[in-house]
Amino acid sequence: MSAGLVILAVIAIAIVGFFVGRSRALNSAGGDIRQLHSLPGYYGQAVFLFSAVPALLVTAVWLILQPMMIENRISDMILPTDIAEGSSLELIMADVRRISSGLDTAVVAGALSEPEIETLNLDNTDVRGVLAGVGVAVASDIKPNVLDASVAYRAKTAAARGYMAVVSIAIALVGFAVALSLTKPDYRARNVSEAAIKSLLVLSSFVAILTTIGIIASLIFETSNFFRMYPAKDFFFNLTWNPQFTGGSDLGIIPLLWGTLYVSFVALVFAVPIGLFVAIYLSEYASSKVRSIVKPAVEVLAGIPTIVYGLFALITVGPLLRDYFAQPLGLGQSSSSVLTAGLVMGIMLIPFVSSLSDDVINAVPQSMRDGSYGLGATQSETVKQVILPAALPGIVGAIILAASRAIGETMIVVMGAGAAAKLSLNPLEAMTTITVKIVSQLTGDTEFASPETLVAFALGLSLFVITLGLNVLALYIVRKYREQYE
Amino acid sequence: MYDAPQLGNAMDQTTTKISARNVQVHYGDTHAIKDVNVDIDAKTVTAFIGPSGCGKSTFLRCINRMNDTIDICRVTGDILIDGEDIYDKRVDPVQLRAKVGMVFQKPNPFPKSIYDNVAYGPRIHGLAKNKSELDEIVEKSLRRGAIWDEVKDRLDAPGTGLSGGQQQRLCIARAVATEPEVLLMDEPCSALDPIATAQVEELIDELRSQFSVVIVTHSMQQAARVSQKTAFFHLGNLVEFGDTTQIFTNPQDERTQNYITGRIG
Repeated sequence: MSAGLVILAVIAIAIVGFFVGRSRALNSAGGDIRQLHSLPGYYGQAVFLFSAVPALLVTAVWLILQPMMIENRISDMILPTDIAEGSSLELIMADVRRISSGLDTAVVAGALSEPEIETLNLDNTDVRGVLAGVGVAVASDIKPNVLDASVAYRAKTAAARGYMAVVSIAIALVGFAVALSLTKPDYRARNVSEAAIKSLLVLSSFVAILTTIGIIASLIFETSNFFRMYPAKDFFFNLTWNPQFTGGSDLGIIPLLWGTLYVSFVALVFAVPIGLFVAIYLSEYASSKVRSIVKPAVEVLAGIPTIVYGLFALITVGPLLRDYFAQPLGLGQSSSSVLTAGLVMGIMLIPFVSSLSDDVINAVPQSMRDGSYGLGATQSETVKQVILPAALPGIVGAIILAASRAIGETMIVVMGAGAAAKLSLNPLEAMTTITVKIVSQLTGDTEFASPETLVAFALGLSLFVITLGLNVLALYIVRKYREQYE
Repeated sequence: MYDAPQLGNAMDQTTTKISARNVQVHYGDTHAIKDVNVDIDAKTVTAFIGPSGCGKSTFLRCINRMNDTIDICRVTGDILIDGEDIYDKRVDPVQLRAKVGMVFQKPNPFPKSIYDNVAYGPRIHGLAKNKSELDEIVEKSLRRGAIWDEVKDRLDAPGTGLSGGQQQRLCIARAVATEPEVLLMDEPCSALDPIATAQVEELIDELRSQFSVVIVTHSMQQAARVSQKTAFFHLGNLVEFGDTTQIFTNPQDERTQNYITGRIG
């Protein structure tokens, strides 16, 4: 019985439980709902939850643990001599899984029968050929031990599936019976459903937190691998970035960090004043008619995919800056430049800054404006001296969020600023950022365990630490701001 | 029945500060103020009373053109201050509001220090030549606001940290710092407790010596206590205007009679 069928069976039992529980609750109260502690539907829900939740949890845990335990047993059957040069136990086990599922396919296709598999032997059957015949390709020649392991793996998996089905359905039935025996008029069924909803909500937030922890853990793990092969001191302080596929690379983060910060800085120099002015115009000056047109129009900018911005940088802004600024001023020949990427990224960030700032400016109480106008201040005096100071923490939060977005941006930089890691002050020269180098280090054809590849994780972790720091700072500032008017 | 104002009609040599002629106010399609004519005396406290939604606050906000900040509001008719039409094209509403100060229903100090709150107007209008002059203006205004003694040791503390009554007196000090001629107060005590209310009312009586004060209030007792003249508004009409004592003791209009005796409102 496959896992999907087991889950369906459990859910079916639970659904039956819902209707049985509901009608039992009604009967126990003699048809008078007022005699019940909860509405009849809640009793049904309680039976549903008691039947489904424990059984499904057990099934889930079983499905996770089963392959691990079986592989543990099977791996003893593989001898060190079976592991070819350049291969590893993990690769052999992957073959075992592949062959065993291939045997399943072969049985379904009729190429092999169950008794044949039990006596399967490389001397009398060309297993590779049979499997290839049903569309399962096995890379290397199959060794006898590997074939035995595959057959055993298949048998054990089938047996374990059977046990799982029995255990899960039994748990579902027990839950069903227990819940039904609890169904009496004074049973607090709506509290059960309340607790279930609460645990669902808690579980969801745990998923978010655990994912974050998982991402950090994997980054830290790979980064520590990297630092075992490449000294941390060189990574943080070496001023050159020059990966060599033959080894002996210079992998200093400084040029990349410089490029990242430079491009982000240029982007913010464009985005912050324009975004802020847009926000002030929309919230203080624009009539509601203008606002209803301009605000969505500005926010369209946020909906453009970054690759499209990248194209814009590559074919429009880059050549324009080169022909009218870089070449006449003798500052460079490249159409990829920090200024190109920064300018286009700045355009992308305008709606970020403007719509977040617009929100905080609107949150400044009207009484502040009245007070200022009542003293004879003009609109711009009011904005400058009352509204912006009052909204400043929120605006700073908006800017920091925009900054962390800029630091993490990849596509615009690839297409606008190029891929040359350089330490230079000239904004019309090509430079590159951490994100671009992560992509290029991981998409290459190098061996995964080399420092040239693993450096991507160290770069990723550095980036993560920077943006996390900025986000925490933004949250702190925004929270501090909120306290002011409450 | 009501406390008679102590200085009631002792002001003989009154001059008209504000005069309104045929004032109409529309909010979109709503006709909020209908044909109001009134003369408000200088150095007098004039109270506007009436049930909620009768237009008394709206009319108050016409006097310093605060209604200009509301898109859908339209004012017609003439309002003259010292004989000058404030709705004339040549009048800058921003300049006007420095001359006609306003105190709002809810205390609204800026999230700045007490000093900066009071110095806000003088700084904008360039009333002080240097820091020491500004210090003088701030001190004088805080004294006029009857709050100097409470805050003189903590002028750098945020204005929002004061109690409600202190905040409102700070707002009054802030309003008088620009040396206005008229002070408009829109229910200045409605967010305050009785003790703070008593302090603010006492302050209003003192302010009368320098400013023309117009106060909107929901409390008839307050109108009787602080004002010399009272105007009763009902459904956008100015029903009756006269000496406070006369309005409260001998109203001419039946609606006024009904309102002050609690039958409508």
